[in-house]
Amino acid sequence: MSSSVLGAVSSRTARERLVRAVVTAAGGVSILTTIGIVVVLVWESIGFFRRVSPVEFLTGTEWTPLFQPQHFGVLPLLAGSVLVAVIAALIAIPLGLGSAIYLSEYAPRQLRAVIKPTLEVLAGIPTVVYGYFALTFITPVLRHIIPGLGIFNALAAGIVVGVMVLPMIASLSEDAMFAVPRELRQGGYALGGTKFEVATRVVTPAALSGIVASFILAISRAIGETMAVVLAAGMTPNLTFDPRESIQTMTAYIVQVSLGDTPFGSIEYQSIFAVGLLLFMVTLAMNIFGRWFLKRYREEYA
Amino acid sequence: MSTIRVTAGGDAALETRDVSVFYGSNEAIKTVSFEIPRNKVVALIGPSGCGKSTLLRVFNRMNDLVPTARVTGEVLFQGEDLYADHVDPVEVRRRIGMVFQKPNPFPKSIYDNVAFGPKINGTGGDIDAIVEQSLQQAALWDEVKDRLSASALELSGGQQQRLCIARALAVTPEILLMDEPASALDPIATAKIEELIHQLVADYTIVIVTHNMQQAARVSDYTAYLYLGELIEYDDTNTIFTAPTEKHTEDYVTGRFG
Repeated sequence: MSSSVLGAVSSRTARERLVRAVVTAAGGVSILTTIGIVVVLVWESIGFFRRVSPVEFLTGTEWTPLFQPQHFGVLPLLAGSVLVAVIAALIAIPLGLGSAIYLSEYAPRQLRAVIKPTLEVLAGIPTVVYGYFALTFITPVLRHIIPGLGIFNALAAGIVVGVMVLPMIASLSEDAMFAVPRELRQGGYALGGTKFEVATRVVTPAALSGIVASFILAISRAIGETMAVVLAAGMTPNLTFDPRESIQTMTAYIVQVSLGDTPFGSIEYQSIFAVGLLLFMVTLAMNIFGRWFLKRYREEYA
Repeated sequence: MSTIRVTAGGDAALETRDVSVFYGSNEAIKTVSFEIPRNKVVALIGPSGCGKSTLLRVFNRMNDLVPTARVTGEVLFQGEDLYADHVDPVEVRRRIGMVFQKPNPFPKSIYDNVAFGPKINGTGGDIDAIVEQSLQQAALWDEVKDRLSASALELSGGQQQRLCIARALAVTPEILLMDEPASALDPIATAKIEELIHQLVADYTIVIVTHNMQQAARVSDYTAYLYLGELIEYDDTNTIFTAPTEKHTEDYVTGRFG
């Protein structure tokens, strides 16, 4: 037992240093991983673009890397991803925003206390389950409504991805709306606003930055979603915006090649990195756009 | 407590009859009966927690927004009970405007703040003209006419509060309720608000809650003193501050407690 009072202090200082080193290392790992991913993507993509010109890649309308004659036009994959994301957004944005308005402005507090955690549980369901749900439930129902619809189609995939990201929009938008100060709502009511008018014209604009952030996160996730669309939309690269057709998304292609017996270093192998790089750029562009949008249009309350 | 009347000459803008307000089982206002004369300023004073803000919110049914609140008794506005079954609280709030303690402009432009009420109420007419007229009435027009599209949050606190007054006036209410409208403002901004109250009373009936007794003495024609939810005394402001009937009122206005 040390008799020095200052000894205790110095052992605490040592512990502080250790804690600092550990958390710095933890932060460093995540940053290094991100850098590593980008480096690998770019490196393998450079290999790909030595053999296929970027112009052909970005403007070509045929994607047939796995059989002869090989074509490396990525537009069918890009169109597939966009189609699924647009259908998902058309479903998830209105329903998610509606749920958020209901939960924040209309639902009794006790009900909100039950529904909010439930939404967050929904967000934790493995996506392969959603894919299975699309294939075995949504598609059969759709086939009753739309005659001649194939087993694999973009519509079912878009719907299920929409359902999947809906809780994210509802939950994040609700957080933003719930945080709007009570004084603003009272101001709206005091001017003769109905509950609906206060919700849509006071609370929603005031929470817009958080709401748009939730949309962008959800759409990014829809574009990046893999398992559900592999199961529901199929593996047919197809330059179309017809939701009844089978398509292939960028992510689905990456799965297809990764699971197959494509030789390491071959052009097919390298192509998934080029597609991955494009996917990464699309998501990055969305995030940059989102930040710009928030800066430009946010209604900040004091 | 029996009805305390101020001679309104049969021309009361508002009249309460045995009004009580409960939050759950707690009775925040206890059978208050009094009249508010038209085109006068009535101040509600009393120590913190006496129920003066609660009473103010009785007049535009803002207490309806508190789930546990319950109001009994009658509040007559142009001979009609504001709490009758068929009365729409939304319409009540359009006819009886309110300004809050802390300026609460919407995070929108100056113009959109003032235009908000006319737009949702479908008032029709020339919104630009309504905006200008309301800002004129609130003595803010000259300061903001060149930047109507700027955010309301760029204004100073005193300007924000006058904007909130303009916003309330834009829906052409008959009565204006003010809940400690100057308590968050500096002395110069406070003086401007008080001057504005003097001007507005020509066209509106004003009920103001204040914890500042000098302010009540300066701006009001009549003063109601509340304590623990009861209306202790209600009379000419002059009488309340110089020769109150109740000992309790005298103790409060002379600063012996509160």
